[in-house]
Amino acid sequence: MIMASATHTAPGQAERPRSVQRARRIAAAVTDPELPMLTLQDLGVLRGVEVDRERVTVTITPTYSGCPAMATMADDLVHRLRGAGFIDAVVKISLDPPWSSDWITEHGRAALRQAGMSPPSPAPRSPAPTSARDPIPLRLGPTRRALTCPQCGSNAVESVSEFGSTACTAHYRCSVCREPFDHFKEF
Amino acid sequence: MTSPSTEHDQPADHDNAYAGLLVNDTHWAFGTDFTDPLAGVDTAVPDGIEPSALAAYCLMLGDDALVLSHRLSQWCSNAPDLEIDIALANIALDLLGQARLLLARAAAADPSVRPALPAGSPVPDEDALAFFRDGHQFRNVRLVEQSSGDFAATIVRLMFFSCWRLALLQRLVDSRDPVLAAIAAKGVKEVAYHRDFAGRWFVTLADGTEESRRRIVGAIELIRPQLAELFTDHPVEAAAVANGFGIAPSSTAAEVDTVVDQLFTAATLQRPQEPISTPEATPSGRDGQHTEALGPMLTEMQSVARAHPTGSW
Repeated sequence: MIMASATHTAPGQAERPRSVQRARRIAAAVTDPELPMLTLQDLGVLRGVEVDRERVTVTITPTYSGCPAMATMADDLVHRLRGAGFIDAVVKISLDPPWSSDWITEHGRAALRQAGMSPPSPAPRSPAPTSARDPIPLRLGPTRRALTCPQCGSNAVESVSEFGSTACTAHYRCSVCREPFDHFKEF
Repeated sequence: MTSPSTEHDQPADHDNAYAGLLVNDTHWAFGTDFTDPLAGVDTAVPDGIEPSALAAYCLMLGDDALVLSHRLSQWCSNAPDLEIDIALANIALDLLGQARLLLARAAAADPSVRPALPAGSPVPDEDALAFFRDGHQFRNVRLVEQSSGDFAATIVRLMFFSCWRLALLQRLVDSRDPVLAAIAAKGVKEVAYHRDFAGRWFVTLADGTEESRRRIVGAIELIRPQLAELFTDHPVEAAAVANGFGIAPSSTAAEVDTVVDQLFTAATLQRPQEPISTPEATPSGRDGQHTEALGPMLTEMQSVARAHPTGSW
């Protein structure tokens, strides 16, 4: 464990990479371990990068409460920042406001399509209901989504399962090209 | 506060699953030094809230999620088909995440809830609570600890549980404890999804074959005696209401009732007549009085952690 002192004043400090823009750029480029086509910035989980003297503090938010990728994201962030000279880097968690798939950037949506995944439509409950005055309606019918197959562009697609290979995806199949694909759930 | 700093220096290489193995083992057990799910979150208990009351309340909500998560995860590789296997595992994961946050919140509010472990044990608070408490220290409702039974029973339980928990979490979004409110707001989105999944299967099975309908009806009969507990206000919950950070479960009964009615109507099933909100006077799971189902489940769930109380995962 390396915890650099905040009062560290080694020679050559002037050359130390201290710019917040640079730290932001490095943090923003770290990718999701489960969806490596998406950067944390594109996924919308990167909530802030702050530089205070020697310390870089990156704030991220979980997509789902049990997202198993959080630890790896934090680890990767610290590692990349260290590699770029930000020796004292810490990662903080933010739970509020809760993450929404609406936060995936346009660039991220294009990257998902490029990788054969279908990007989310606007989230139906975003932001989360703020009080009990507004009960969430039951949805017993199949979730209707106007999707196109990321492989062939056909809109003749069928849902296989609302739960895909990761917490954030549903599983679909294209009726035309017959390819299965993951759809990033609206959340 | 735990720092996520690690000493390994290999590039993050997600193309090669073995790349980090020999360099830094800690990366591959249960992750990294990043053990605190509330790292950097302000966990100061707001003025006017009794920390021990907040902790006791969070343990209840956390234990409900933890125990049902474990029951659902027992379906892994046993579900009727692969899609259901994955769905149940995903739901279990969401609940485990909620449990982790809630148990961590409980320990941050009142460190005395953490069970004693050997000196120097690196086990984080939420793991200590999950793996080193005995059955009588668990505060979950009894509904969640029962064996899952068949797929119909699993669905019926998940449906009732999700309807109830969704109503609770939705109200907890206004909790005076900002941490609990934030955990609830995340959970609302997840549990709404679980409820839809369980509700669809409830209707599908009730409207399926004679056998699937028979099983659904049997499952309802089986869990009916355990539903009253969900809506019985425990003194810890009453204190949480008085303190402005918690919800009286009885206050959700009408809303849950409406949703359950919709589900029974959609499934063309006659709903058993008596109200589900019959108060229960006897000690409950909330008091640590559990059924015989919990012990064996905990033995399995806790065995590895207890064998290595100073292990670093």
